[in-house]
Amino acid sequence: MAKYILKRVAFSFITLLIIASITFFLMKLMPGTPFTAQEKLTEVQIEILNEKYNLNDPVPVQYAKYIGNMLKGDLGVSFQFDNRNVTDLILDRIGPSAHLGLQTLIFGAIAGIIFGVIAALKQNTMWDYGSTFLAVLGKSIPNFVFAGMLQYFIGVKLGWFPVAFWEGPSYTVMPTIANAMFTLAVAARFMRTEMIEVLSSDYIVTAKAKGLSSAVVTIKHGLRNGLIPLVTVLGPLAAGLLTGSLVIERIFAIPGLGEQFVRSITTNDFPMIMGITLFYSVFLIFVILLVDILYGIIDPRIRLAGGNK
Amino acid sequence: MKSEEILSKQLFEPATIDPSKGEEITKPTLSYWQDAWLRIRKNVGAIIGIILLVTLIFFALVGPYMTPYDSFEQDLSRAKLPPKIPVLENISWLHLDGTIQFTKDQPRIDVYEQKGIEEYFWFGTDGLGRDLWTRTWEGTRISLFIALVAALIDMVIGVAYGGISAYYGGRVDNVMQRIVEILYGIPFLVVVILFMLILNPGILSIILAMTVVGWLGMSRVVRGQILKLKNQEFVLASKTLGAKDSKIIIKHLLPNITGVIIVNTMFTIPGAIFGEAFLSFIGLGLPAPMASLGTLIEDGFKSLQIFPHMILFPAIVISVIMIAFNLVADGLRDALDPKMRD
Repeated sequence: MAKYILKRVAFSFITLLIIASITFFLMKLMPGTPFTAQEKLTEVQIEILNEKYNLNDPVPVQYAKYIGNMLKGDLGVSFQFDNRNVTDLILDRIGPSAHLGLQTLIFGAIAGIIFGVIAALKQNTMWDYGSTFLAVLGKSIPNFVFAGMLQYFIGVKLGWFPVAFWEGPSYTVMPTIANAMFTLAVAARFMRTEMIEVLSSDYIVTAKAKGLSSAVVTIKHGLRNGLIPLVTVLGPLAAGLLTGSLVIERIFAIPGLGEQFVRSITTNDFPMIMGITLFYSVFLIFVILLVDILYGIIDPRIRLAGGNK
Repeated sequence: MKSEEILSKQLFEPATIDPSKGEEITKPTLSYWQDAWLRIRKNVGAIIGIILLVTLIFFALVGPYMTPYDSFEQDLSRAKLPPKIPVLENISWLHLDGTIQFTKDQPRIDVYEQKGIEEYFWFGTDGLGRDLWTRTWEGTRISLFIALVAALIDMVIGVAYGGISAYYGGRVDNVMQRIVEILYGIPFLVVVILFMLILNPGILSIILAMTVVGWLGMSRVVRGQILKLKNQEFVLASKTLGAKDSKIIIKHLLPNITGVIIVNTMFTIPGAIFGEAFLSFIGLGLPAPMASLGTLIEDGFKSLQIFPHMILFPAIVISVIMIAFNLVADGLRDALDPKMRD
């Protein structure tokens, strides 16, 4: 097991290093410098700025400095916000994003599990079809369309919840629901399949034969075993949440990391883009690593397939 | 009741067994595709999906020519008109009569009458007075084009990569899979955004950005399938008879995985449609005058509160396309490969 974890951690590091390098060289490939648009700057001023942001060094030196600083957790200085450290800016912005992400994940997963279990218990009834239909909708309707619908009908027309901004619990309701549709759909579909398989296995028959009530059988024997494989979809779900965060934070004007990222893209703030890209990569790679290790612990067969010996 | 009438003597005659007829096939033989069609026909969702898709594709191709307006033609005198559709304008609750209500207490105002406009704009007009019917369907066409081409490229690269990796195996497979493993670790979102930043915005760059790592999923599936197939007896038989690698791949392996390839491609198409719309939405999509469903929705968001019609129609179209593709893909998966069913 230790060997397996070590191997996975090493691979994750290589992947991260490659992402960091790609990010760096892609940014170097971009035409112009961030100062070309400022016509009022004199040659000397541009020279000073170049010196300040290490843009005068040869590319390999810049690269070495960049990687070295990155390992120390220093992601450079933002072009957009004077003298603000990218790392600080990211840390400032992470709160609302993490809050929204966690709330989305919890709400989406619980609702999805409930829908999936109902569908599995009442297979091929209206309940099942309704739950499947909901899952298709959740998977199909783009989150920004859904967010727009919520904003217009529930926010503007009915006025139940605030339309935008991030100032209290009631402000989180609509973004959470809009963001959770994908999670809900994935969890519901996955849960339905798992539960149908689990409910037809021998130990469920045994439990029923012992005379246990169907509620106990479903929850204690069925649900607990059906939930385990749900760990595997955490990776795609985390990626979905990130995508959602970019869009949802922009629509609802939430001061989170995703909103900052979209703004950095429009203002060509390279260090900020590189920083957030790296941060996202670290997050996703960490989630995938965690899922792999968790699953290796839960299910020993995976370790063998993972290929040590 | 007379028992003789019910149990006639013919019922007790010995049946003749003709051994030559034991192997006779009584039902007509069905090819793979006929069999799949029989199964998909019974799937209500898939049929609805096919009908929706055909309708949408029809409008995407013909829609822009159904009105006299051009999708780039700007005219500020007719900007921000609400939708007005001939027959449907008489159904009051649909509000497709060119009226608009600015606040809750005010009565609805007929903007067409106010501005003295005689023509009908079926989906209304946008902030620059461009006809939204034309733009929506042109946008649909562009979005579909991007998604189809991206899915096709993903398919070609994925099948080739996965196929080569599995068929030749050994060291080739080892090296190719290590590369895939590293690429797989890079988040899709990150790659697409980075590529969009360095490429000039346009249809081609969107397709390119989405296919850089988009083929990985297909290559994995194809590799798994080929690994399973290549050691089976019919391939060995073909090899023994002296068939070349190219012949084995084209004649024996590829036909056996067509179903899997088609199903996988069908699932990548809605993903690519969403990808394009997402990029447009965060400001990395098509440049200004061009319309795609993503850019239209992005535009519509700016005036969501007052002129919801601008976002409504593109949003409906993109949702319906995504639902239709997902329904058809689900149906195809069940029909083509019952083992892949969930």
